[in-house]
Amino acid sequence: MGDIFKALADGTRRALLDELLERDEQTLFELCSRLAMKHDLTPTRQAVSQHLDVLEAAGLVVVERRGRYKLHTIDTAPLAQIAERWPTRKASS
Amino acid sequence: MADPEGILVKLQTISIFVDDQQRAVDFYTGTLGFEVTADVPLGEHRWLTVRLGSSPEATEVSLEPKGHPAVAPFTDALAGDGIPWCVLGVDDIEAEHQRLAGLGVTFTQPPVDVGPVIVAVLDDTCGNLLQLAQYTS
Repeated sequence: MGDIFKALADGTRRALLDELLERDEQTLFELCSRLAMKHDLTPTRQAVSQHLDVLEAAGLVVVERRGRYKLHTIDTAPLAQIAERWPTRKASS
Repeated sequence: MADPEGILVKLQTISIFVDDQQRAVDFYTGTLGFEVTADVPLGEHRWLTVRLGSSPEATEVSLEPKGHPAVAPFTDALAGDGIPWCVLGVDDIEAEHQRLAGLGVTFTQPPVDVGPVIVAVLDDTCGNLLQLAQYTS
């Protein structure tokens, strides 16, 4: 399993997670359109594909091949380890 | 700069590579509403063109067999990443999405509002994805 902290340490990958939250089973084409139109991010398709690979390695994106298409779905479960490691604790002032 | 008055060419025919010409003509005419403009036997395959509407000015689409060995890897790679081959304009994308989905058409992308345009992507049953677009501004 890849490092979720590394996966989250990039604005484009965080934007991809934002857009994946909108709808499950998105193609690379849909994700590229969303990045361009909603986030003003226009990396190449190849670069977006590599970002998705990093998210997949960290378990944050699940890729399914259905028929001819590759579909991407978010999985936020790995994020729980952040809150488990550093549960909410407010400094008393 | 070209003088518009001087232009002597028009976009007569463009090609789309299809897995199966018969399945393609069924889909493009039966489901999408194209009309056949030529259907000429050509050995194993056909010279098969379709057109939207009855205007002779409208561009024809040739439903081209995937004869060349480079074609299938190319079209498979595009479809794999959800990339449509061309754009079909519609006035009411929600209604058209509903109509086509009701006919059993597979969409890889339902209508998604991406700013100046709402975009959906459908499978033409012959190895290609087509984009439906409704311009909103």
